[in-house]
Amino acid sequence: MSQPVFAPWDDPNEKPLIRFDDVTKRFGDFVAIDNLSLSIYESEFFALLGPSGCGKTTMMRMLAGFENPSAGKIELAGKNIAGVPPNKRAVNMMFQSYALFPHLSIWENIAFGLKRGDMTKADIAVRVEEMLKLTRLTKFAKRKPHQISGGQRQRVALARALAKAPKLLLLDEPLGALDKKLRQDTQFELMDIQESTGTTFVIVTHDQEEAMTVASRVAVMDEGQIIQVATPDRIYEAPNSVYVADFIGDVNIISGTVKAAGDEMYHLDWVANEAPLLAASDRTFSESQPAHLAIRPEKIAISVDKPTEMKNAVQGTVLDIAYLGNLSTYHVQLGGGQVIKAQTANTRRLSRRTITWEDSVWISWSATAGVLLER
Amino acid sequence: MRRASWFNITSLTLGFAFLYLPMVLLVIYSFNSSKLVTVWAGFSTKWYGELLQNDAFLNAALVTLKVAVVSSTLATVLGTMAAYILVRGGRFAGRTLFSGMIYAPLVMPEVITGLSLLLLFIGIGLDRGTLTIVLAHTTFSMCYVSVVVSSRLVTFDRSLEEAALDLGCSPFDAFRLVTLPIIAPAVISGWLLAFTLSLDDLVIASFTTGPSSTTLPIKIWSAVRLGVSPEINALSTIMIGIVTFGVIAASLISKRKAVKAQRDVRAAERAVT
Repeated sequence: MSQPVFAPWDDPNEKPLIRFDDVTKRFGDFVAIDNLSLSIYESEFFALLGPSGCGKTTMMRMLAGFENPSAGKIELAGKNIAGVPPNKRAVNMMFQSYALFPHLSIWENIAFGLKRGDMTKADIAVRVEEMLKLTRLTKFAKRKPHQISGGQRQRVALARALAKAPKLLLLDEPLGALDKKLRQDTQFELMDIQESTGTTFVIVTHDQEEAMTVASRVAVMDEGQIIQVATPDRIYEAPNSVYVADFIGDVNIISGTVKAAGDEMYHLDWVANEAPLLAASDRTFSESQPAHLAIRPEKIAISVDKPTEMKNAVQGTVLDIAYLGNLSTYHVQLGGGQVIKAQTANTRRLSRRTITWEDSVWISWSATAGVLLER
Repeated sequence: MRRASWFNITSLTLGFAFLYLPMVLLVIYSFNSSKLVTVWAGFSTKWYGELLQNDAFLNAALVTLKVAVVSSTLATVLGTMAAYILVRGGRFAGRTLFSGMIYAPLVMPEVITGLSLLLLFIGIGLDRGTLTIVLAHTTFSMCYVSVVVSSRLVTFDRSLEEAALDLGCSPFDAFRLVTLPIIAPAVISGWLLAFTLSLDDLVIASFTTGPSSTTLPIKIWSAVRLGVSPEINALSTIMIGIVTFGVIAASLISKRKAVKAQRDVRAAERAVT
């Protein structure tokens, strides 16, 4: 029996846990969040992704209660929370700097939030032990924050924020201070903890790989607006704009004008003396409309001889080869001067490279390999 | 290491002689058995004994201590509050003016501060005595506390307070449970600074004092005008002793703390690897 797919966003009867309703946030003349609407569902691991200054941190601070929207409503479980101070919200936050209290031990740090409520001492002790166990910190309970490593500090911050069993946990660049290897391990740990506690997580990050790894859905933001909200695979394979395609991973963009070529098929005229490119699209385009074809490098094949079965094949010369171990990326310059990246997986350990610098090669891709975009 | 040259040794000796020779002389003459301050007539501790019989001096010492404790405590509370608002209050109208004004007493000549306070106390009809000295000392030492505390608050990670709020603290609890314990060293050193300032202030105290409350510096100053007595040397030696003890104790404590912190860090590193 297959597991039901977790996709509350596709269910029209599902009530969102968080609803941003036409929210605008201004700081003086600067518009940080521009008339934004968004729904986040219970038990989601939701990522807000964008370059610095796109407004993702402001979104998080509004959820935590440190900022209030200038206009619009933010609802948590159906209640408008604008104006409710942070200490009265069932929302906890894990800070980028961890913000552990340096004068308190790990145990006391985790108990800090619990002591603010009306829990008995015995209950607090039980809950703290539970959190220490969940984050594998039992050995370090008596230590002070400066006596443990960065990765352990990150886990203390998580345990402290989770201790009060919030409806919503906010994570502000939670893994930014860790080195790459530790970050990858911690990403999986975070996902495990999110799954086992069932808490709704909202993570803010500028690291697209991190967002893709951990999140059930990703919102790509730019200049205070959400450009696209979708599952990681949709964001990667079906971006809705050149901005999203370019922000997530590596992409080739070929610009031109479209001509209809049958059922959901279009021809893209891109340079004067080359044949038009064939691309499938479920989006409709009008005749001669300017458009951009976005193709991921790994969807482009490279060969010495002209491929016969591919719909799109263009000749060029190899400008550069980047060997990344598991992959090799070829930079191929076309007749018109445009450089296209093509990627092949190095599946064999010992193979003679047949293509080298300055070689004349063919690059090719199918009609469904790329996405045709309006903007 | 570079070898000490003659020039270095000479300048070091001269510098320290310049700093400490007067005090060394004072300490030596406090053990002089002669009543004449400038003539050595053998070792004796009798002036210390006589000092303990002198009620006027002891009373003045007590007044000074009372004034110093009360005024430095008041100054610490007010100065910390001022620093907190100025650093954390965000932008409010006149913030720059206020933060400039709070530091004005640092550069104001003491004579002017003293005189203006005197005029104020006369104006509102407050009888001059211990209370007026306390108020005056609080006024001028508050800005020192505020300088010390605000320099610590500027480097204080704001997200610590936000974390406290996020975990359910009211703003006052966040200050009491998180901010204050962390900035405590700065608050304590602010208090100590205010305490010593109050302890050795002569100018402002003499403007604001009344007949019933004489502080030690005023007492010494007026006694010396009648002629330096060996008793005053003895009293000064005791004060030097107290201050030296305080400084050494403070540096030992902070040194031990630093050593302990280092040991902790090493222990943590061992635990990680």
